[in-house]
Amino acid sequence: MSLRDRRLVVVPALALVLLFNGCGSDDGDGGGGSAAAADTIPVASSDDACDVGASELSAGTHEFEVTNGGSTTTEFYVYAEGDRVMAEVENIAPGLTRPLLVELPAGTYETVCKPGMIGDGIRNELTVTGAAEQLSEVESLARAAGDYQRYVRSQTGALIDRTTAFVDAVKAGDIDGAKALYPVARTYWERIEPVAESFGDLDPLIDGREGDQADGEDFTGFHRIEKALWETGDVSDMGPYADNLLADVRRIVELADETTLAPLQLANGAKALLDEVATGKITGEEERYSRTDLWDFAANLEGSQAAVQALRPFLVEADPDLVAELDQRFAAAEADLGQYRAGDGWLLHDQLTQAQLKGLSDSITALTESVSKVAGVVADK
Amino acid sequence: MSEQGAEQQPAGVSRRRLFGWLGAGTAGVVAAGATGGLIGRSTAQEPASSGAPAADDAIPFAGEHQAGIVTPAQDRLHFVSFDVTTDDRNELVGMLKAWTDAARRMTAGRDAGPVGAVDGGRYSPPDDTGEAIGLPASGLTLTIGFGPTLFTTADGTDRFGLAARRPAPLVELPAFAGDQIQPAISGGDLCIQACANDPQVAVHAVRNLVRLGAGVVSVRWSQLGFGRTSSTSTGQATPRNLFGFKDGTNNLKAEASSALDDFVWVAGADSGADWLAGGSYLVTRRIRMLIEPWDTAHLHEQETIIGRAKGSGAPLGQREEFDPVDLTKQVDGEFAIPETSHVFLANPTNSGTALLRRGYSFVDGSDGLGRLDAGLFFIAYQRDPATGFVQVQRNLRTDAMNEYLRHTSSAVFACPPGVRDDDDWWGRSLFGS
Repeated sequence: MSLRDRRLVVVPALALVLLFNGCGSDDGDGGGGSAAAADTIPVASSDDACDVGASELSAGTHEFEVTNGGSTTTEFYVYAEGDRVMAEVENIAPGLTRPLLVELPAGTYETVCKPGMIGDGIRNELTVTGAAEQLSEVESLARAAGDYQRYVRSQTGALIDRTTAFVDAVKAGDIDGAKALYPVARTYWERIEPVAESFGDLDPLIDGREGDQADGEDFTGFHRIEKALWETGDVSDMGPYADNLLADVRRIVELADETTLAPLQLANGAKALLDEVATGKITGEEERYSRTDLWDFAANLEGSQAAVQALRPFLVEADPDLVAELDQRFAAAEADLGQYRAGDGWLLHDQLTQAQLKGLSDSITALTESVSKVAGVVADK
Repeated sequence: MSEQGAEQQPAGVSRRRLFGWLGAGTAGVVAAGATGGLIGRSTAQEPASSGAPAADDAIPFAGEHQAGIVTPAQDRLHFVSFDVTTDDRNELVGMLKAWTDAARRMTAGRDAGPVGAVDGGRYSPPDDTGEAIGLPASGLTLTIGFGPTLFTTADGTDRFGLAARRPAPLVELPAFAGDQIQPAISGGDLCIQACANDPQVAVHAVRNLVRLGAGVVSVRWSQLGFGRTSSTSTGQATPRNLFGFKDGTNNLKAEASSALDDFVWVAGADSGADWLAGGSYLVTRRIRMLIEPWDTAHLHEQETIIGRAKGSGAPLGQREEFDPVDLTKQVDGEFAIPETSHVFLANPTNSGTALLRRGYSFVDGSDGLGRLDAGLFFIAYQRDPATGFVQVQRNLRTDAMNEYLRHTSSAVFACPPGVRDDDDWWGRSLFGS
């Protein structure tokens, strides 16, 4: 977190508007508001395949039922053009089945399984036929908030789940288990930071770094436990911190799930996430003990893209040249970062050379120049 | 170095032999007669009191040659070298056009972008960074150069279809005796030399060009400079470098137009010069001066190392700064200007060539030992690096000053001719329109 970002996001009062009621699924909120799905489409995700029970659908609301028959945790997405997330369900453990409700207007989509939760995933085309939607710029802008809220809700379930597992490992004294879970839980946190940071009092408790606290305030949250795990390897006194972390995460998730960000806040949030990358992750300041900064880097980048993609239907009409530039530069930044994958995760910050970090910095600098233009386009409407 | 050393005759090198070597013909653009004529002109001239523009004025951006070469040297420098990070020729050309537009505006004292620092939308990032609001043009010049690696990368890749257009003289400089070159602050695909009489104006220009280059170029290294160490016009008084000596007395000057044609401007008939005619080759060297040992060298030693009087700047054996350098004059049976002195070895008569120097002093704080990290950021323009800087520097191998110098950075660039009008852009003659 940074003070600057909080200021950027929080300035206009947050509208706590319930645009969409919950649709009954745990994680995947299709956001369509229809009472029931017309059909159920089975999805079999394995380590090397993604078998989707349909490649053509009619416009409307559909339910996917995703079964993970593979050996690693998987995710399932429905992407519109430019990898705009229409719906996703995260964190499906091996052997589990999860539903995903999604309303799809006519168009061309991709269904994507991501075994191991990384990479471009295994993709299939999905064509939806019927009456195509014709949205005005104002209408598509109004829809962005709901699109992004859907993304936030897809992340918060996994955030609670992985934070719970992390906290359990810490309290059980399972150092190796906790170290492995730490960057995974933080991935879901870092993806939705624009929302999380809008709750100014909770964010420092969860994500404050040592030295950020005012006189008399305790150093708490993820980084307190990170320090114990990596510095001393002794978490025997971390129980209360672990409990408080989980309680604070639950509170912030409850608030975040019901928060809608105005289009301008989305644009600023997308930029703020890239600033986080530039000022905290490339420099290795965020994860000063675990050196897992690249996990946060990837999550910030994904979160920034999700916020921009929520605005995409509007931007395609309002400034197609900017969309082309955004697509190219997001792809370039992802490709650049992708060089440093290690297994299901990422290399540690101190395993990168200065020249490699400079390359990442160049990619983010260029992307930030483009993303910084989005707010102006939105504000012109 | 000791006084004794400074006065010692260098073994195996006699004045007669040096002159003979020069008379035997120096390679490339220089003929002995032309050199002699040049010396006569440039050293006979007294500094004039007019000709230099006022410090606040704008320098015209368009012209036959790029501004910032023979333009009377401004007081401040921000030099930046870039790596090109894209492989897309169109992206590179697009950036060069955007850079040209911004340079045209900023050198006229205007904002970098068409909207301006404070006149845009509330929610748009300003297209100018704003720190030059209210400042005059301050003599800002922006000069672009193309490095050898733009044409062919170090591993031999022709990224932009330019390999065949690299002029033969545009090659990395050879290693010189005593070099301590750091690759990270050397070379580069592109460079921008920003000079102005206000450091904030120069920094503003570079900052905004860097921003415009996002996604296309990446800053490789940069250098701030102050206190121009050369005059490039007879209207300018000769400044002092950090050794405390007047520097650039005998420099090529803007007013010596035939010498500039001989030694600075690339001519159409030169090798590979179809696109470079009217341009020039730029050599930069970051030369660290070992300040503390120098300061404790006594005055006579300092003067015999340089070859000039510290106070007046006069060549040793003469009275006034602009008195001719007389390499044969003897005082008490010794040559007045020692053969190991910088003036002796660098003088066109002995180096066989001439450069247009445009360097700046730098102080980059102090090193880890508390010593000034300071020196001369040497900049020279020439018609061919081989017969320009390389020839001069080779001749300085026995320079007594070397004991107090470390060359830590080196680069060479081909600077295209000037932009002609409002539709022209940096690099058009190279990339085609």
